[in-house]
Amino acid sequence: MPYKHYILICAGTACESSHAQEIHDNFIKEIKDRQLESDVQVVKTGCFGFCEQGPIVKILPDNAFYVKLKPEDVKEIVDENIIKGRVVQRLLYSPKEDKGRHQMTDVANIDFYQKQFRIVLRNCGIIDPEKIDEYIARDGYKALEKVLFEMSPTQVIDEVSRSGLRGRGGAGFPTGLKWSFTQKTSSDVKYIVCNADEGDPGAYMDRSTLEGDPHSILEAMTIAGYAVGAHKGYIYIRAEYPLAIERLNIAIGQARDYGLLGEKILGSNFDFDIEIRLGAGAFVCGEETALLASVEGERGMPRPRPPFPAVKGLWGKPTVINNVETWANIPVIILKGASWFAKIGTERSKGTKVFALTGKINNSGLIEVPMGTTLREIIFDIGGGIKDGKQFKAAQTGGPSGGVIPAEFLDTPIDYDNLTAIGSMMGSGGMIVMDEDDCIVDITKFYLQFSVDESCGKCAPCRIGGYQLLNLLEKITSGRGEMADLNKLFKISQAMQKASLCGLGQTASNPVLSTMKYFGEEYQEHIQNNKCRARKCAQLLKFEILPEKCVKCGLCAKVCPVGAISGDREKGYVIDQAKCIRCGQCLERCKFKAITRG
Amino acid sequence: MGKLTLDDLRKMRESLKNEMDKRDGEKDIRIVVGMGTCGIAAGAKKTLEAFIEDLDKRSLKNVSVKQTGCMGNCNVEPTVEVFMPEMPATLYGNVSADVARKIVQKHILERTLLNDHIQDKPSIDIVKH
Ligand SMILES: Cc1cc2nc3c(=O)[nH]c(=O)nc-3n(C[C@H](O)[C@H](O)[C@H](O)COP(=O)(O)O)c2cc1C
Ligand code: SF4
Ligand code: SF4
Ligand code: FES
Repeated sequence: MPYKHYILICAGTACESSHAQEIHDNFIKEIKDRQLESDVQVVKTGCFGFCEQGPIVKILPDNAFYVKLKPEDVKEIVDENIIKGRVVQRLLYSPKEDKGRHQMTDVANIDFYQKQFRIVLRNCGIIDPEKIDEYIARDGYKALEKVLFEMSPTQVIDEVSRSGLRGRGGAGFPTGLKWSFTQKTSSDVKYIVCNADEGDPGAYMDRSTLEGDPHSILEAMTIAGYAVGAHKGYIYIRAEYPLAIERLNIAIGQARDYGLLGEKILGSNFDFDIEIRLGAGAFVCGEETALLASVEGERGMPRPRPPFPAVKGLWGKPTVINNVETWANIPVIILKGASWFAKIGTERSKGTKVFALTGKINNSGLIEVPMGTTLREIIFDIGGGIKDGKQFKAAQTGGPSGGVIPAEFLDTPIDYDNLTAIGSMMGSGGMIVMDEDDCIVDITKFYLQFSVDESCGKCAPCRIGGYQLLNLLEKITSGRGEMADLNKLFKISQAMQKASLCGLGQTASNPVLSTMKYFGEEYQEHIQNNKCRARKCAQLLKFEILPEKCVKCGLCAKVCPVGAISGDREKGYVIDQAKCIRCGQCLERCKFKAITRG
Repeated sequence: MGKLTLDDLRKMRESLKNEMDKRDGEKDIRIVVGMGTCGIAAGAKKTLEAFIEDLDKRSLKNVSVKQTGCMGNCNVEPTVEVFMPEMPATLYGNVSADVARKIVQKHILERTLLNDHIQDKPSIDIVKH
């Protein structure tokens, strides 16, 4: 016989360290005392991601979610909830004041502690992505039905406009408006393009969406084709995503078999088909004009805008180009309606955003939250907090085009405008969490290196400016920096923003500007005190032997690869800082902890 | 299946919905393995094989094993969700081949939840709400 109740006790690290074990034992004892062992199972679970509120217990099937429990609360839960079936109100999680989530809670009647809300990822992890039938069973292609048989093209565009959906590929341009430009431009041929280039380090939201729910993208592109009068679509995807490509190919084949792509879709008068184009994985090819050039078979280099692709795109024809995540929202907007969608999120950023949460976070993963969720909620109520109990330092969003969000903005609701205002940007959704062990200058150097490597070289501000920035950062992290360099960094950054041809160069200096703004003193420390507080910049480390701890064994002198340690067993040993290459071998070898790294 | 008309598609969706609710006809137990790139990298293919082999060995015919995309819990891949009558839908993380066999033994045969591997479902299903 199955049990009547399950008591799930979080046994994640944070909860374990705050009485979870005692709570577990108390439950076992109370259950035993009341001879309920055959009715109730007590189970230990993994982290709920809600560690700030721990210890946590969830009761099934009642779905009661208890937080901040004390061992002495157990008796009451057993007596009330398990025996009498009455949830113990005072121990339940009560949501703090928070607009975004309250609205969402109303909209979907959602469990209040669940901070995620999945529109884009609605089918990911639920359907078999290789079976079109499973997509159809979950209202797949129903939005297409509605559009083809019940709505005019203009009504479709109105619906998308009223939903407030903005592009998820980075820039946040209103999707409905973009479609209307293409619709209004008269042309015999028009195109629909899906941007699945996803090149920023740490980002994999689009890959997961395509792998988990490929049909949603096909359906959305077909809807757009109907709305703007296009009959051909391209999905531009990087060749490094073989699984996503395979599943897309399967999906396209199935959709064609069912007559959901091809001529006279579902017996209507509308024709639409989709092809895949593989990219070689250059970051700049994610930029829309470079992407279009690449689809045309040209080298993937940006073109000046205007003209914008919506008016003059692929082969000079009007082209709607949207990001994977933008597309994934479309069928839901059509089915549930613009006003449903517009209730979620903040005033000027509607809907949800998918983030790939990585870095020094306990529960890394793919999350989808309503716009307006704070960084604190993402990190501490979903992500389970910082690894090893370390201090949060900053979160990086927007990848090489974005910036950092320092601790002072943990409670800022995340949306397009707020992120831009604090000098970062939404970007495509990579979110990398940093702790006290990360050096801000070093990380900035990492992003600059990326942009320099990926610059196509067409225009001078980006090609030369990026290289100069990188050199300056290199100089600072190796202890040769001068205070005047800070001003140079600033000036070059500004010049790149103003004069570069495409978004890559225009935004490549954002990481520099943003980190100088919020972590200026760390730059200064590197320059003036030769100090890297995170101890990441090897060139700034100083290894020293403490005479009071040194037993004069001489081991360090033997392992030093460059002979930087001199002395003898009588006088003791010293490190010649001029020779030392900071490899750290002596420190590792010394058994008496007589060597320090500062 | 040939090309569908609007009517065909609507009828098909209805009958598929019923079928999904009945959970694959005869098979009333469903094991769903997350097979995105992250899951596969963490060994989801081995997990899937372990399930199939073990079910076969025990001649459990009423269980279907299926794949799905990424469930989002990348830090505890491979992830597996188990659906069966009279038990709560349960999401397990860090499901190695060994844990897969334990799930068959404990969850499916003994109808008890497995310690230390349960993960919270991150959100409700908007399609059904
Ligand atoms: C250097 C650079 C790289 C970009 N990479 C991507 C990308 O990988 N995926 C994407 O969707 N958009 C990317 N974009 C943004 C696109 O140019 C374009 O704005 C987007 O595809 C429009 O779709 P949306 O309105 O749905 O966001 C990139 C832009 C720049 C400047
Ligand atoms: S800004 Fe950089 S990537 Fe863009 S066109 Fe100029 S050189 Fe190429
Ligand atoms: S850090 Fe390396 S180079 Fe420097 S003294 Fe120690 S062993 Fe020699
Ligand atoms: S450890 Fe219990 S919620 Fe994270």
